[in-house]
Amino acid sequence: MTPRRRRLLWVLGILVGVAAAGGLALRAFQQNVMFYFDPSKIAAGEVKPGQRFRLGGMVEKGSVQRIPGTLEVRFVVTDFRHSVPVRYSNVLPDLFREGAGVVAHGRLDANGTFVADEVLAKHDEKYMPPEVARSLNQGASSRTQ
Amino acid sequence: MVIELGHYALILALLLAAAQAFFGLAGPVLRRERWLAAVPSAACGQFVFTALAVAVLVHAFIVNDFSVRYVAENSNSALPLFYRVTALWGAHEGSMLLWILVLALWTMAVVASMRRLPVEFAARALGVLGVISFGFLLFTLATSNPFARLNPAAPDGNDLNPVLQDPAFAIHPPILYMGYVGFSVGFAFACAAMLEGRRDQLWARWMRPWTVMAWAFLSCGIALGSWWAYYELGWGGFWFWDPVENASFMPWLIGTALIHSLAVTEKRGLFKSWTLLLAVTAFSLSLLGTFLVRSGVLVSVHSFAADPSRGIFILAFLVVMIGGALLLYAWRAPRMKSAAGFDLMSRESFLLFNNILLTIAAAVVFGGTLAPLIADTLGLGTLSVGPPYFNPSFLVPMLPLLALVPLGMHARWKRGGLGEAGRPLLIALAVAAVLALALAFGVYAHPLTLTPIGATLGIWIMFAALIDPLSRWRRRLPLPAGVLGMSIAHLGLGVFVLGITFVQSNTIERDIALKPGESAQIGSYTFRYLGGEDIEGPNYEGFRGTVGISRGGRAVTVLHPEKRRYWVQGTVQTTAAIAPGLNRDLLAALGEDVGAGAWSLRFQYRPLIRLIWLGALIMAIGGVTAVLGWRQRGLAPSDASTAIAPGGPLGAATGSPAGSRGGVS
Repeated sequence: MTPRRRRLLWVLGILVGVAAAGGLALRAFQQNVMFYFDPSKIAAGEVKPGQRFRLGGMVEKGSVQRIPGTLEVRFVVTDFRHSVPVRYSNVLPDLFREGAGVVAHGRLDANGTFVADEVLAKHDEKYMPPEVARSLNQGASSRTQ
Repeated sequence: MVIELGHYALILALLLAAAQAFFGLAGPVLRRERWLAAVPSAACGQFVFTALAVAVLVHAFIVNDFSVRYVAENSNSALPLFYRVTALWGAHEGSMLLWILVLALWTMAVVASMRRLPVEFAARALGVLGVISFGFLLFTLATSNPFARLNPAAPDGNDLNPVLQDPAFAIHPPILYMGYVGFSVGFAFACAAMLEGRRDQLWARWMRPWTVMAWAFLSCGIALGSWWAYYELGWGGFWFWDPVENASFMPWLIGTALIHSLAVTEKRGLFKSWTLLLAVTAFSLSLLGTFLVRSGVLVSVHSFAADPSRGIFILAFLVVMIGGALLLYAWRAPRMKSAAGFDLMSRESFLLFNNILLTIAAAVVFGGTLAPLIADTLGLGTLSVGPPYFNPSFLVPMLPLLALVPLGMHARWKRGGLGEAGRPLLIALAVAAVLALALAFGVYAHPLTLTPIGATLGIWIMFAALIDPLSRWRRRLPLPAGVLGMSIAHLGLGVFVLGITFVQSNTIERDIALKPGESAQIGSYTFRYLGGEDIEGPNYEGFRGTVGISRGGRAVTVLHPEKRRYWVQGTVQTTAAIAPGLNRDLLAALGEDVGAGAWSLRFQYRPLIRLIWLGALIMAIGGVTAVLGWRQRGLAPSDASTAIAPGGPLGAATGSPAGSRGGVS
């Protein structure tokens, strides 16, 4: 084998490896990327059935209900135009409270209830995820019009 | 008055940074001896005034000067003194000041060891460091002045974010910054080499200890951050693939590639332009990380100090620095031809694969971190990328990389082959496989498919790291610092891999609501909730639960998880209780009062999690060992045989090769 051909093989081998890794990463990306929807988008039917996604909005005041002595908790997430009931049965984060922004990961069930497997609240009081802030602003301004 | 002194000191530091940049970069071009001599003086002055500014701000925190906005926003008179000092880097302005101070420290270290470098090279490197410093000082003074006053002064401060009121916070940011910012030295050396148009590889020898040192700091800093998140964020996660974590992890990956590629460039004169590109990339990713963390463009658990308006400045600075360096690279790198060849099974080949795989890994992290930002900008929707993407994609380049480590460590240069290390490596692999299977199926039941593979690789790497030192010791051969450092670092890698394998496959986690006296079974451990009591701390009140843990009827330990409410900000914080152990960690955290006398609780069992941080620490020790060894010999890493006379036009003209002036410290 001439040095030239050997170098060509080298480059080809590396390219194949890089392409394979890139392809696998892209596949993992497509399968695992999570889109964000607010209650208005859900009401507009943008969510595919069974799709796992991020729900964001505000925890409606007075909506948090517990079954005493269990982890089962229900609350309503709203963007001031539409709202979605949420069910969750794990420990809630420290910053979760009524009237505060929240992001939850999960799926819609047949009755339109969002079954959350993860509820996130970032560890700063003042901090609101930008997409949630945008949803709430749009909701609030559309209501005043 | 004192505060204004700090402000003036910072402005003086800015002017001196400008002088350092100008004299450093213009001096060698115009050949002004006196300009060259002024560079280290300017650098020293810059350091002194930066340190003065930092001291003034620390003083303001200590004496509770709430007429300074930054102090009022991040401290409180009830805050313990220790945290009043560390509150310096509790938010954006102070973090930038810390960044600048750390850069000044690295600059001083370069000044202190300048004697080993040709005068022009050192001047140019310091000039580049001056440019970086100037940019950050200008940014701080223009957009984030920590000395801004409040008029009238606040009666009391807003308190430090409770999450940051922790001893680990005293060391995590400084160490992390030492790593992050440390890559600026490698970057400056790379730029200096390209500006000089050097054709030799001496710059690689000069750059190597600095890069390894920065890499060791970064390893330590990331591990500290992970450990801190593990116990402080309350929920036992040690790595979230959070944008800010990724921001420090990408430079680490490229930095790791760089220290391996530097070995090839220094010893064999190969991969020269690739090494330069890596040095530029590592620091560019550090800058990008600063931009991501400080601009608030990404959603992150760390964005407590975000402000979008500042992003523009950092972005512009980023474009100037990275763009400038890449232009320089495009102009000068083609000169750096590497002539020598090497065989398929040689050390060079393995290190080439190391570099390719690490770069792919960094690209995987880069893509996942920036995808949400790009999708949002292009209007493709708001999306997020989490562990389900990162974990499998990251493993694709990592598994082959780990499998190649034991071979690469022992492959010979140039001609290749494993030589006499082949047999011990094979035996080590067999023993590692047996041990891994025993661990995966015997000690820790229910393994995943990857468990025995990961464990085999981890143990094999650990054994492989010991082969060389042991055989040298048996034959009473000397053990060079470089070899020892490399062996220690790879031993740490093996420990890390073993730890993360079992943490990922055998962690048990459970959320449950319990009344006092009730218990839950976590693996072979019984966690019993025994009730709790109200407590009060210096600046918080809260609830303290008691959880008794037993195993097979025998008491193991008692944990006291807390729920605290900090008065000033009204923040509620979970303080998890952890029973650490080399073989396993047990964790209990309080959720909330769920009524009917019950509390929600989170229990966790994580096997071998300590090995993750221990492994990272050993890696860092390996790096430091190599650097200290190289320093002790007063010379850069390699043996004299590979030294090649510098052929750069200026180096030849002024006749100041490092070899002749490489003095003993």
